[in-house]
Amino acid sequence: MDIFAWLTDPAHWSGPGSIPFQTLMHLVYSAITLVIAILIAVPLGMYVGHTGKGESLIMGSVNAMRALPTLGLLILLVLLLAPKISNSLAFVIPSLVVLVLLAVPPILSGVASGIRAIDRSVIDAARGMGYSTSEIIWKIEMPCALPLALSGVRGATLQVVSTATVAAYVSLDGLGRFIIDGRAANDYAEMASGAILLAALAILLELSFSVIGKFFISPGLTRKQKRPTAAVQFESATTAIQVV
Amino acid sequence: MNLDWITNNLTLIGDLTLAHLWLTLLPTVIGLVLSIPLGYLAFTHRRWYPTIIGGTGLFYTIPSLALFILLPKLLGTQVLNPMNIVVALVIYTVALLARVVADGLDSVSPDAVQAATGIGFTRAQTFFKIQLPIAIPAVLSGLRVVVVSNISIVTMAAVIGIAQLGSLFTMGFTRHLYVPIVVGLVACLLLALVLDRLLVLLGKVMTPWGQKGAL
Repeated sequence: MDIFAWLTDPAHWSGPGSIPFQTLMHLVYSAITLVIAILIAVPLGMYVGHTGKGESLIMGSVNAMRALPTLGLLILLVLLLAPKISNSLAFVIPSLVVLVLLAVPPILSGVASGIRAIDRSVIDAARGMGYSTSEIIWKIEMPCALPLALSGVRGATLQVVSTATVAAYVSLDGLGRFIIDGRAANDYAEMASGAILLAALAILLELSFSVIGKFFISPGLTRKQKRPTAAVQFESATTAIQVV
Repeated sequence: MNLDWITNNLTLIGDLTLAHLWLTLLPTVIGLVLSIPLGYLAFTHRRWYPTIIGGTGLFYTIPSLALFILLPKLLGTQVLNPMNIVVALVIYTVALLARVVADGLDSVSPDAVQAATGIGFTRAQTFFKIQLPIAIPAVLSGLRVVVVSNISIVTMAAVIGIAQLGSLFTMGFTRHLYVPIVVGLVACLLLALVLDRLLVLLGKVMTPWGQKGAL
């Protein structure tokens, strides 16, 4: 059977284990993971970015996570936890733990380095205008850090969606099921269909992130706003001198 | 924990490590060689930059397992052919390095290029003797990220049954053994550490003019 026939077979489009079901499960696992990861990583990243404490530790952990093979970590955790939990949660919990572990470092470093990268004079100016610390965090640091924070979330999302596939190896639902089950049954059409659906989902998410970025990031930070003309620059330079 | 497993399987561990090293290094080198002209093109033709960098970058979005499975159909290879893994990693390497090369070349001071032109260097001479060497630290830092992440991505191939260090994970899972999994994890981390250090060393040798602590 070829891939197109497999993908368009009505039997694969309804009921449990169908394409919509597994896509939904894939998205549900990914969404739960990202929500947990954001709840952990954003406050921590804000703290590190604002105070500058533990910066090298965070960057180091991001690099170490890159080298750590997810598959090994996932399998190890499933073997360790499975005997302690009796129902199907025995596979869901370790998978979620590993996925959260993967998603936290990119978000954390995105938020922290986004805040660290802000020009100090911007923050000093805000302080000079009488902004309180919490106002500086919410009105200056967070909006300015948004592009990098969002690219952290985007990196985390890709990694989670990609790894949620592998979690099917330890009997989790999701699009990875087609790949793992297809491999087990030596059914290339099923494997390839799963892979196509997965790639399409990942690319779709990636594209939606760039759309989100366009809507939420202040136009002043994207360098897409039209540059002031020379005359305006000159004028503002002269007013600056007059003020001084 | 039964540590006898390690002594009884030393040849297996060695073979898998070599396979893993090969599957990591071959695509990294090919990817680097392809990234340099692509990056140069994106650097010299600014209008093509979004197409080249964005286009290659989009490939990085595709999950590795999906790519491992779809490539046989496109290449006409068998699912179990390690070449699929090599091609997939070449794609990922180019996706990351083309941007790094373009941005690295962009960071070369125009004065240096102008001076080279002034003393009669051809375009090729300027590229190989001035621009590329100055961009080395930037390219090398990108290469470090690529090597380390490639080591981790290769393990995913164990799910479809291609032998490398990741096979120790699947073996541990099916036989309920912790030792192979831990051995595989440690071996991957060690491999990443060693290759990363070697790249830093290589950078120091290749850029003798480099300031201390640049890498």
